[in-house]
Amino acid sequence: MTSKASFKRLILRAAAGLLLSAGFLAAQTLQGHPEDYSRADIEYGARLYGEHCDRCHGPNGTGVSGVDFKSGKFRHAATDRQLTAVITSGFPEAGMPAFKLDDADLAGLVAYLRNMNTLDRGSLKAGDAARGLLVFEGKGACLNCHRVNGKGSRKAPDLSDVGSVRSAGSIERSLVEPNVQMMPINRPVHIVTRDGKAIDGRRVNEDTYTVQIADQEGRLLSLQKSDLREFTVSTKSNMPSYKGELTPNEMSDLVAYLLTLKGQ
Amino acid sequence: MKRYASFALTLLTLLPCGLHAQNPVTSDRLANAAKEPRNWLMYGGDYFSDRFSPLTQVTPANVKNLSLAWVYQSAVAGSWESTPLVVDGIMYVTQRPNDVVALDAVTGRVFWIYHYNNDPKITVCCGANSRGLAILGDTLYMGTLDAHLVAIDIKSGHPLWKSDVADSKAGYSITLAPLALKDEVIVGVGGGEYGIRGFIAAFDAHTGKQLWKFYTIPAPGEPGSETWGNCKTATAYCDPDAWKHGAGSAWVTGSYDPSLNLIYWGIGNVGPDYNGDQRPGDNLYTCSVIALDADTGKLKWHYQFTPHDEYDYDSVQVPVLADITWKGAPLKAMLWANRNGNFYVLDRVTGKFLLGKPFVKVNWMSGFDDSGKPIQTPQPPGMPTYPAVQGGTNWYSPSYSPRTRLMYVSAWEDEGEIFGGVPVEYKEGLNFGGGNLSLFVPQADAPTKAIPNAPTIPNLRRGPINNWTDAGGHGAVLAIDPLTGAVKWRFRMTDVTDSGIVSTASDLVFTGGREGYLQAIDARTGTLIWKANLGAQMINNPITYSVNGKQYVAAMAGLSLFTFALPN
Repeated sequence: MTSKASFKRLILRAAAGLLLSAGFLAAQTLQGHPEDYSRADIEYGARLYGEHCDRCHGPNGTGVSGVDFKSGKFRHAATDRQLTAVITSGFPEAGMPAFKLDDADLAGLVAYLRNMNTLDRGSLKAGDAARGLLVFEGKGACLNCHRVNGKGSRKAPDLSDVGSVRSAGSIERSLVEPNVQMMPINRPVHIVTRDGKAIDGRRVNEDTYTVQIADQEGRLLSLQKSDLREFTVSTKSNMPSYKGELTPNEMSDLVAYLLTLKGQ
Repeated sequence: MKRYASFALTLLTLLPCGLHAQNPVTSDRLANAAKEPRNWLMYGGDYFSDRFSPLTQVTPANVKNLSLAWVYQSAVAGSWESTPLVVDGIMYVTQRPNDVVALDAVTGRVFWIYHYNNDPKITVCCGANSRGLAILGDTLYMGTLDAHLVAIDIKSGHPLWKSDVADSKAGYSITLAPLALKDEVIVGVGGGEYGIRGFIAAFDAHTGKQLWKFYTIPAPGEPGSETWGNCKTATAYCDPDAWKHGAGSAWVTGSYDPSLNLIYWGIGNVGPDYNGDQRPGDNLYTCSVIALDADTGKLKWHYQFTPHDEYDYDSVQVPVLADITWKGAPLKAMLWANRNGNFYVLDRVTGKFLLGKPFVKVNWMSGFDDSGKPIQTPQPPGMPTYPAVQGGTNWYSPSYSPRTRLMYVSAWEDEGEIFGGVPVEYKEGLNFGGGNLSLFVPQADAPTKAIPNAPTIPNLRRGPINNWTDAGGHGAVLAIDPLTGAVKWRFRMTDVTDSGIVSTASDLVFTGGREGYLQAIDARTGTLIWKANLGAQMINNPITYSVNGKQYVAAMAGLSLFTFALPN
């Protein structure tokens, strides 16, 4: 017997609870956000996303192959109007239904989709990207392992598009707690082939029978698991923690710089 | 005359493909499908849906010699979940969205293609799939995404009639392969994420007229309606008319026991999927198996696998029927590896629960009471539930071999999900999930904590790169002993699998997976014997058939259908 009005109140309460419990906005602010969307729209859109989109596209926006909402790149939608058209028209024969949403819902959903990678802002204050570059190449010595736009080492993942695929919070956690935030695909592997050759690197792809790795020099190797004497995946990151090694300002600047790396 | 007859017989045996005797597929032939191992006459192979083929030409010793016979490229985007039929040398297969293709089963050359024009405003969840056809007489039957049943002439590919099954604007669809028996064609409807009121209905095979209809959600006053409880609390949103959009879809084909004249059908999730507060009670007949009289559609018995489901544990798995020896006595059994992670044995005459045992990690329940009802153990907020929303297994078919007496199941292992329900108001044709979910990738050193933002197993389709790894779950083929529920062997995969299974009388198990390998596994030991990389995910049930004495194995990967056979 719940009235429609009280139903909506319940909805909003539940939405707020979800957002807080998911840590999307807890103790964080969207102030200074580069995109022109209202906080209310983004919050509302986050709930709608969970209701309508999450099932196929996943919580990270990467559930459908070839689509990554966090990247901000949409194959069929350069503008918000086009994005709205995709949502309302769908691709029914490819499996995406046409969503019947009103204008307010669409505004919220678009606002959230445009900001998926910016909601997880971490605990750092806004930094200076130019100073962050100096930290990256200087005190942080990041190029000893990582590579950006053709410069640096190939031991660790290339960061040329890290600002598209990772959020500020995710980058901050990688710097402070590398073991916690290390993505499983980046876990170091140690391999010994049947003829006794040892290989260290990280996986770039894997299936039941084969594994493709980049070794310490960045060489790409594809190996049959049946040819391996040893195949160990470590859960310890080779990356050092920068907790206490960088000042809070340096950390903020470094994250600000990494967020500018959007790939080509 | 005798000499001529002999000559004619010789000629018949030498007829090239496409010139086989093409006799109508009578209901008697369907009831005895197991006696025609050369053909694949219905979705589950035969009415018992055991997907066991008596063919023995391909063996563990020679399977390594399998080579490509032909490829048919559909050029239609999207996952291909169809199971082909093969009838006397001709293959009939659906491709997205609702095409039917008739091919020479020896060469892959096409005889005809029928294209059905769906209402452009169709609403389907999770892929615009058509999982296959039924055949009876000289007619093929297909359910459509806009919820019609279409009859198609087997020789010309021309439509004969089209019947309304449900209203697609309200979210109804048909994605399953119909089941044909006697003179009727039976379908169930999809739409479990749109608040439909699910049903199974039978249609006259000749005219398309509806014969009976069984709603999977009882109306007030009907048996089972007492499981749609009254709203008692004002603190949470509760819908007094929850039954009207209680879902209970039926989007995978059922089975049939001619000796009992019962059809068995698996029923899908309740609506809304995740917010149980607004629909108190056990919510029959969602997440259940129902046994219906094949002539009248009257309910004979039911068993509910997941009462008051809040995890989308559809029980749409095809019921596998097997005649086994249970505690020294013959038993007409039903074997069921459920999406909720448990393996079940039921008495298919009475519906009595005989055995239930987890085959993957399960923490939503801790055991069963004496009646076979699960003792549910909801996890605290923020903690993962196992299995995840895609389940321990799902719609793809298992197989039971009466030779090895093992049930072969494609399983998703160690995938957890944090479930959350949110109130959702029903609006016709709109998503009615009522949830906010997130898959859970555990930290290596703290399994109860998630790795933030880690890639997770894609819900639907995957590309050629696996960057989620097996950290958040992986696939396996399990061989389960129905007498105990014990896993006799386990074939582990790095990625998960949406491929069904076919087992053969030469003790081979064929299956695929998202990685794109078609694999032959020793049915007794679980050892890989042969594999072929088909280059894209297999999301369908492989079949085996023979033409002119030659055995074939067929499966789809990506947009193409591949057929393998031994060299001449």
